[in-house]
Amino acid sequence: MTGLRYLDNVVTLQLDAGKCIGCGMCATVCPHGVLAIDSRKTRVVDRDACIECGACARNCPVAALTVKAGVGCASAILHGWLTGGEPSCDCQGSC
Amino acid sequence: MATALTFADHLGHWQMRWGLGRMRYRVAPGLYAVGAPDADSPVLVTANYKMTVDLLRCELLGIPAWLLVLDTKGINVWCAAGKGTFGTAELIRRVAESQLGEVVRHRTLILPQLGAPGVAAHEVKQGCGFRVIYGPVRAADLPAFLANGLQATPAMRRVTFTVVERLVLTPVEITGMLPRIFWAAGSLLILGGIGSQFFSLNAAVSRGGTAIAAGLAGILTGAVLVPVLLPWLPGRMFAVKGAFAGLLIAGAGAMIFGSRLGILDSIALLLALPAVAAWCAMNFTGATPFTSPSGVEKEMRRTLPFQAVALLAAGICWVAGAFLS
Repeated sequence: MTGLRYLDNVVTLQLDAGKCIGCGMCATVCPHGVLAIDSRKTRVVDRDACIECGACARNCPVAALTVKAGVGCASAILHGWLTGGEPSCDCQGSC
Repeated sequence: MATALTFADHLGHWQMRWGLGRMRYRVAPGLYAVGAPDADSPVLVTANYKMTVDLLRCELLGIPAWLLVLDTKGINVWCAAGKGTFGTAELIRRVAESQLGEVVRHRTLILPQLGAPGVAAHEVKQGCGFRVIYGPVRAADLPAFLANGLQATPAMRRVTFTVVERLVLTPVEITGMLPRIFWAAGSLLILGGIGSQFFSLNAAVSRGGTAIAAGLAGILTGAVLVPVLLPWLPGRMFAVKGAFAGLLIAGAGAMIFGSRLGILDSIALLLALPAVAAWCAMNFTGATPFTSPSGVEKEMRRTLPFQAVALLAAGICWVAGAFLS
């Protein structure tokens, strides 16, 4: 993803290192190399590359990771604002 | 299932890229055999969007495997995982329904890595006894992944967004906007006719037509040019990239047609085209694999007021121009 980075200091990713058992599942599923295993514990190595997809939190067996997961899509967010509900894709299944 | 695509498959893919009948492009969920798999062959889990299944089976030439196709309502793996239809419950249900435990001796499911937002590997293990292994992001890396003892290299785990990957997404951006484009064009024709003679059909066609052309230029800038030039345009926010590219195009337009447009229409062009381009560029965030919802929301809160004000000011300049000329 060289040259393609989105906004800094916005993501909701939180790691509770105390709970982490170092299984490495989060680092495996992250599509942007945000997480890495460092001496048997997960460490956030590139926080601003996080896209809040929620893969790490979903696959953490001890719930050490939390993130407000969702779709990074303007029309989905607009849809959420207009309907007062959660952001959701309303683009004929394209996303 | 064959590992080669027919002409009909290629035609179908082309239609999908233009957004034609996309919600009907599905494969029936269930267990499929590719080649002549046996009880030790790998089980690959995928979504039931036909283009997804096609891309996967093409990579399996000479690799006997089982395909477990989940019911994702015809949506690709990544988006279905986000919605939860490519999810833990559907996977466990599909494993049971297909009696996979009796078809294969091993207890391993290979999932595409981009299915991970919807599937909890540890819950699948509890729910049906199968262990989930996340394979590479791209189906093209599957043969190497399988040959390497189910080990993915770091490169296989990273999402890319190359110029070709960006370009194939642009037609559907445009076709998705077509209904709104028709409404906007109709409104511009009516607004274009308003002037000192109350309403003129000639003005509707000439002024309205010019405005439609400017609007289309803004759409093409935001929905095609910005995606292609994405890494090289300034700013992190897509709307900023769109406004910048739009200003360049509008500036060129004002220089070429400025004498014919007049001062007010030129100002309207310089305001409206970047605003439309910014809006379209902002909507491309949904097609990219590197924008977070928190970031997109921040970008929208920051830039939408500017887009609205620019468009409103452009409209005022344009309509005022008809009365003053």
